Amino acid sequence: MLIAIAAIRLRDLFAVVMLFGIYSLLTAALFMNLDAVDVAFTEAAVGAGVTTVLMLSALHLTRRWEDEPRHNPLLPLLVVTITGAVLIYATLDAPLLGDASAPVHQHVAPRYIEKGPQEVGMPNMVTAVLASYRGYDTFGETVVIFTAGLAVMLLLGIQEGPQAHRGRNAIGDQVVLKVVVKLLIPLILMYGLYVHFHGDFGAGGGFQAGVIFAAGFVLYDLVFGEGQARAVIPPNWLHRLAALGVLIYGGVGVVSLLQGRPFLDYSVLAHDPVHGQHLGVLLVELGVGITVFSVVLSIFYALSGRRRQS
Amino acid sequence: MELPGLYNYWVVVFLMMAGFYVVISQGNLVKKLVGLGLFQASVFILYITVGKVSGGAAPIAVEGITSYSNPLPHVLILTAIVVGVATTAVGLALVVRIYEAYGSVEEDEIHAQDLVEDDISEDPPFTESEVGKQ
Repeated sequence: MLIAIAAIRLRDLFAVVMLFGIYSLLTAALFMNLDAVDVAFTEAAVGAGVTTVLMLSALHLTRRWEDEPRHNPLLPLLVVTITGAVLIYATLDAPLLGDASAPVHQHVAPRYIEKGPQEVGMPNMVTAVLASYRGYDTFGETVVIFTAGLAVMLLLGIQEGPQAHRGRNAIGDQVVLKVVVKLLIPLILMYGLYVHFHGDFGAGGGFQAGVIFAAGFVLYDLVFGEGQARAVIPPNWLHRLAALGVLIYGGVGVVSLLQGRPFLDYSVLAHDPVHGQHLGVLLVELGVGITVFSVVLSIFYALSGRRRQS
Repeated sequence: MELPGLYNYWVVVFLMMAGFYVVISQGNLVKKLVGLGLFQASVFILYITVGKVSGGAAPIAVEGITSYSNPLPHVLILTAIVVGVATTAVGLALVVRIYEAYGSVEEDEIHAQDLVEDDISEDPPFTESEVGKQ
């Protein structure tokens, strides 16, 4: 809470963005405390890592300092206080924290918890619900991410090829950073793969793996200068990879359609239904991971590659 | 947890209102996006709070554990976070383009420039009709 207030008061946007990153990390710790391990994972990788870097790149392209506020803050403050008071009043009827008899826990969740491990054949219920029971939603969300990537590229322009800005380096030649990062990057990428393929059994999955992988490349690009990561994975590859991920996801659905079952029913993918579910979830998560990775990285390329307009 | 059961909701409301305040009162577009992020994170906390079952374990099936937290809110928020970063990126891209077009990310300055442009664009029909007379 204190960090949120500080973020409102400060006018140095650089500090605001850094505080926002800290806020995200604290939120992730809170999620961990509330048993949401998968969510904590994602929030830590996305909120504290990727969002901060993207916001800093945008700040680099615009201005660091905010102007003095010119409006009287009383009216918005009044509106906010009234809305907040109404919401607090509404919470008085809400179920208490951790109440197992709350309405949310009565409807579909017990079935997911009881049958999920048998029907889908994987212990991590979050992954089972995400990729199997709620496969339609997740497909929609993957398409949303793909569309967002497309929108950023339309707004900022597409750069082809690896030779966009070779040799420009944002933070200068830092030997210590380079050595440390060189050691870290293989570990980050390995960890991303682990999170991806271990998502069926422990916390993890395609969304987290995609973000962690992208964060590894973003780090490489930040420390070794722009153009270095582009040489490893050129932007035009990324565009094709993003489309490929959506295609894999949709393709799995079409295969089950061709076998005479509903869209995204994985039990036909192998002779044994549970095995088929497992294979389907793995493929779908792969599609999600590829799309998330390539969209996040190409958004970073688009923002960082744009030259500051003087 | 010994804290009153509604404490988490109040934190959520406070954070949500903080984000709301930033969005409606601040003129800087980047800061508005940070405000939206605050608001968004408060909704995430709300969902995760709702999913918590006291005494329940994280929703990963292990032999011998019978009570788990609700996995459904976790799934919804997991995807929402990643969608959130994608939409934030679209917002940032828009801000960058606005800065390139107007040279400012302050709402008031942009609005003032728009008004000036409107005044200019209202003039030409007048002069054209004069040209037509000649």
